[in-house]
Amino acid sequence: MANETLLDVRGLSMRFGGVTAIDDLSLTACAREITSIIGPNGAGKTTLFNCLTGFYRPSSGTVTLHHPVRGALRLDRLPSHELARSAQVLRTFQNIRLFAGMTVLENLVVAQHHALQAASAFSIAGLLGLPRYRLAQARAVDAARGLLRRFDLERVADTPAGALAYGVQRRVEIARAMAAGPRLLCLDEPAAGLNPKESAALNELLASLIAVEGIAVLLVEHDMSVVMKVSRQVVVLNHGRKIAQGTPAQVQSDPQVIAAYLGEPDEPVQALSAAECAT
Amino acid sequence: MTTTTTSRAADTPLPQRLSDAGFAALLTALLGIPLVGLTTVDVGGRVAVQTRWDWLLGAALMAFSGRLGVRWLFDRPAWRGRSARVQVDQAPAARRAGRMQLAGLGVTALALALPLVFHDNRYVVDTATTVLIYVMLGWGLNVVVGLAGLLDLGYVAFYAVGAYSYALLATQWGLSFWACLPLAGLLAASFGILLGYPTLRLRGDYLAIVTLGFGEIIRLVLVNWTALTHGPDGIGSIPRPTLFGHGFAPAGDLPTVAGLFGIDDAPWHRTVFLYLLILGLALLTNAFVLRLRKLPIGRAWEAMREDEVACRALGINATRVKLAAFALGAMLGGFAGVFFAARQGFISPESFTFSESAVILAIVVLGGSGSQFGVVLAAGILVLLPELGRHFSEYRMLLFGAAMVAIMVWRPGGLLSQRRPTLTSASAAETPTPAPNSAAIRSAA
Repeated sequence: MANETLLDVRGLSMRFGGVTAIDDLSLTACAREITSIIGPNGAGKTTLFNCLTGFYRPSSGTVTLHHPVRGALRLDRLPSHELARSAQVLRTFQNIRLFAGMTVLENLVVAQHHALQAASAFSIAGLLGLPRYRLAQARAVDAARGLLRRFDLERVADTPAGALAYGVQRRVEIARAMAAGPRLLCLDEPAAGLNPKESAALNELLASLIAVEGIAVLLVEHDMSVVMKVSRQVVVLNHGRKIAQGTPAQVQSDPQVIAAYLGEPDEPVQALSAAECAT
Repeated sequence: MTTTTTSRAADTPLPQRLSDAGFAALLTALLGIPLVGLTTVDVGGRVAVQTRWDWLLGAALMAFSGRLGVRWLFDRPAWRGRSARVQVDQAPAARRAGRMQLAGLGVTALALALPLVFHDNRYVVDTATTVLIYVMLGWGLNVVVGLAGLLDLGYVAFYAVGAYSYALLATQWGLSFWACLPLAGLLAASFGILLGYPTLRLRGDYLAIVTLGFGEIIRLVLVNWTALTHGPDGIGSIPRPTLFGHGFAPAGDLPTVAGLFGIDDAPWHRTVFLYLLILGLALLTNAFVLRLRKLPIGRAWEAMREDEVACRALGINATRVKLAAFALGAMLGGFAGVFFAARQGFISPESFTFSESAVILAIVVLGGSGSQFGVVLAAGILVLLPELGRHFSEYRMLLFGAAMVAIMVWRPGGLLSQRRPTLTSASAAETPTPAPNSAAIRSAA
């Protein structure tokens, strides 16, 4: 399968004062593929996400998105809201960030802000209740309901997002990012706090997202049962440096990776799961 | 007394309660020395200091028993279960929303009927007009505080901008009320953007301080720019609003409305007209804000209030969304200001002090941030309570404060803290869903 490169990161470095969180990192991600980024705690995974999604300005290096319609976009130069809008790079957060007081359906409609705002013509068409706005709203709600159906969230559509169980909130956050129409979806630990059954469901969901929508997924994850099953490519970070890259099988047998995980006394659970996967 | 206290005290031991109450009494006694214990009396033209230790002892005893009583009340299981019960109560939201709508219609009907009943009671109509001004200000501030979640302590500045715009445009250039209304709204909106820009990065307490400063700046400019605003003397003889070029009281060669209908002029014509005018403006404001809330911008405001970072991650431009909230909130405040100037006929910086901002903010918070009907209730309470308390003369502000504390203790989320979703999957199903291949959609889009 010859997929074109969607995301191209070259020589990326991020320094906070004297601390180098990411050091000369390069990686690529392709459409219809899941690229996982793993590494022990503090390896720089979330920092990398913040650089890719415009929340941090990288100290050096380039991040380029080869958008099929809009051409090559330099993500490291776009402000975060532009990045989501024109480059269609969406993300979720390690600590879930839903609009807790709003219902699940509203969360998904807010994600379609731009289409609706354009249809409402600076709110004027919306204030007057013109048909073109009403149609746009009906379509946005339809899209949201379609996603809710796929994510098995229909029953909670009118529930305030903050009142939902943790695992359900994780799903809502991914659904919300999907509602914004991503080409590159960055998921920051989507399986954190999920039970094995929920993790398995997440695997299926991710597989269907890349297959049906044709998007690229960048995944930061500690849960190896998710990473090793769905990823086409795994990038291993340690202390901000890339120490290995390849298919899940290649990475699992890499001595440097095993050393990084087993040599990490702070993370007995991680070390265990990595070792399990390696056997 | 001791036995009942111990039998009810499930979790706080008696000595702790007693020492707690004793501390309150001690504090009262210390504070009370200058406040209650010492008083000045007039002895033949000279001022002498007299001591009232018996009063002080009484105050300390009151504090002791009061504190003991409050602790006892709060420790009761019924009280502690209260907050949990409120949470469970939220289930029949739809029925509640319907009831709220009914209540809103009822209050509107009452407001419309009021001048029919009380048209020659000037005090009632005037007070109702004041309530409506605050309702309108509350609805305007609700956009900024309730929906967008931006704490604004200087809202009165926009009220002042509106009032002074009308006063100056009308007295200097002779523009009419109806021409000034949109102009003053625009001016206030631009001041809203002016305030919005430097505060974009600020949140919570920091934002509150900057907006507080902004309110003071506007007031000080009004006081000191004597050439334009006449400083503390204010601006007088501001023309009253007219109805299609007809006035409501004989003034100059302006034809009167009463003359138009061939009836005698009566002083109540103008008060009732002003009342109906502010009622109309307020209802328009309400419709405008309710509508905005269901538009993308309104949802973006609420989303911004919930989580700004998530908004940015979804591609929402926080700058624009916040500025829109500031501008629209300020515009509504400006409209209210125009009406205020037209009604009073005289304005001075004294009407636009920080305490006004505080009252408007109190209306929004007391009513339940984001709730339109709550604002009406709170405005009613906050304006009428001091009025009703006139018999208590100097104690009325004390009562007022106590009532506010009581409301916030009983309903920390405000009188009506229920949030109504802007759309539900059930109501969305009723709207005609477009067939994907229909040509009509493409032409409409």
